[in-house]
Amino acid sequence: MLDWRWDFTFDILPRLLVATGNTLMAAGFGYAIAVVLGLVFALAQRTPSRVLTVLVREIVEFIRSTPLVLQIFFVFYVGPQFGLRLSPWTAGMIAIGLHYAAYLSEVYRGGLDSVPKGQWEAATSLNLSTARTYFRVIIPQAMPPSLAGMGNYLVGILKDTPMLSVIGVAELMHTANAIGSETYRFLEPYTLVGIIFLALSLPTAAAIRIFESWLRKKLGMI
Amino acid sequence: MSEKHLSGFPLSLDGPDRPMVSFRKVTKSYGSLTVLDSLDLDVAEGEMVTIIGPSGSGKTTVLRMLMTLESINGGVIYVDGEPLTHMPKGDHLVPANSRHVRQIRSKIGMCFQQFNLFPHMTALENCMEGPVHVLGMSKKDARERAEDLLAMVGMADKRDQHPSRLSGGQQQRVAIARALAMRPKVMLFDEVTSALDPEVIGEVTNVIRKLVSEYNLTMLMVTHQMGFAKDISDRICFFYGGKIEEQGSPDQLFSNPQKERTQQFLSAVKEAM
Repeated sequence: MLDWRWDFTFDILPRLLVATGNTLMAAGFGYAIAVVLGLVFALAQRTPSRVLTVLVREIVEFIRSTPLVLQIFFVFYVGPQFGLRLSPWTAGMIAIGLHYAAYLSEVYRGGLDSVPKGQWEAATSLNLSTARTYFRVIIPQAMPPSLAGMGNYLVGILKDTPMLSVIGVAELMHTANAIGSETYRFLEPYTLVGIIFLALSLPTAAAIRIFESWLRKKLGMI
Repeated sequence: MSEKHLSGFPLSLDGPDRPMVSFRKVTKSYGSLTVLDSLDLDVAEGEMVTIIGPSGSGKTTVLRMLMTLESINGGVIYVDGEPLTHMPKGDHLVPANSRHVRQIRSKIGMCFQQFNLFPHMTALENCMEGPVHVLGMSKKDARERAEDLLAMVGMADKRDQHPSRLSGGQQQRVAIARALAMRPKVMLFDEVTSALDPEVIGEVTNVIRKLVSEYNLTMLMVTHQMGFAKDISDRICFFYGGKIEEQGSPDQLFSNPQKERTQQFLSAVKEAM
């Protein structure tokens, strides 16, 4: 018989909800870093500079080919050897942001490539600078086709935030572990963590689909 | 551009008779395939020149090189007296840097077969983008100019529509207004009616007719509309195999072609009409 205790469940719920705030913050900050840095990675691979293109592609490949949890450990524990003394939060955001930037850069690359060549030619014929062409013409059109992939990685980063518990970021998993080791009860905290993640992931995925069709309509692209 | 520097080409073209556009020994090749072979072509200020010829004859490449959408492998292109593909350095020409290209390119506007309007901008925004962000005009002035031009092409009432809401003929008219908003001296029309349904071709050709009669623009056009070309062109160039096979006034070329290939091409086109 399953030994589920409701009174204990309600006791630990407030603590877990506070931790949910930290989880959301970690996912939000990490994603914000990834969204911007990913675009930098994607654009850097399109410059005429062959050296920069190859360098950035290798960095992206390297990040994608090694585990996130290793990268988190590396930034936090090896960083100090290079004079990089970071708080768990900062180290975690850098690691998770970099990791997802590598994946997002591939999503952007697909989106940027999907913009027809004629758009570049029209921009040239109007004498727009390269920067203007990217920010006014190409990137706005690359966004709608990138959104589905971006949404997947938003849910992905949310689900990967528990890895930050290994360096002591007090997000959901870390808090559930703490409750478990204090009370020797694991059923309720872990079950609640699962339910909370489900309650966060499902609406996010739906919201992204709605945002995507809204954006297409706003850009007049339907 | 293979040569490091060029000799035998003037640093600039001077004099009252200087052409608005001048191709001097321009060569374009893709690997071993030569698309244009030492092309010489002058277009006078205010002249309307139409390029015709079979597909693969290099006619679209001429326009694309002039718009700097294609590089050239040899020769020099001059626009308004100044070299476009090269720039003077000391007493010879060297390949142009991007700054020089942008400066000279600002004299040229182009309309495309597939319109290439920016789909996320309205008709008006399409026409304001260049004037505001390239010419540095105020939004108010750019808007006025864009509205005037949209009215000129008969699109004033559709100015707040996105391209996806416009027919092909309407999109092409907006594209013409967008190009004119940059006040080019040279306009290029690359098969601008080829992607259109037959019943809307007239609305685009009428706009071009208006440009010919009311604006002092130098124009280069590639088209398959032989009747239209005959009506409005000052000169017709028949391209074949990367060279100008024959050129002359529309009357001369259409009624009395001298070369066998021109005759073959024109009779084939007539049969299709």
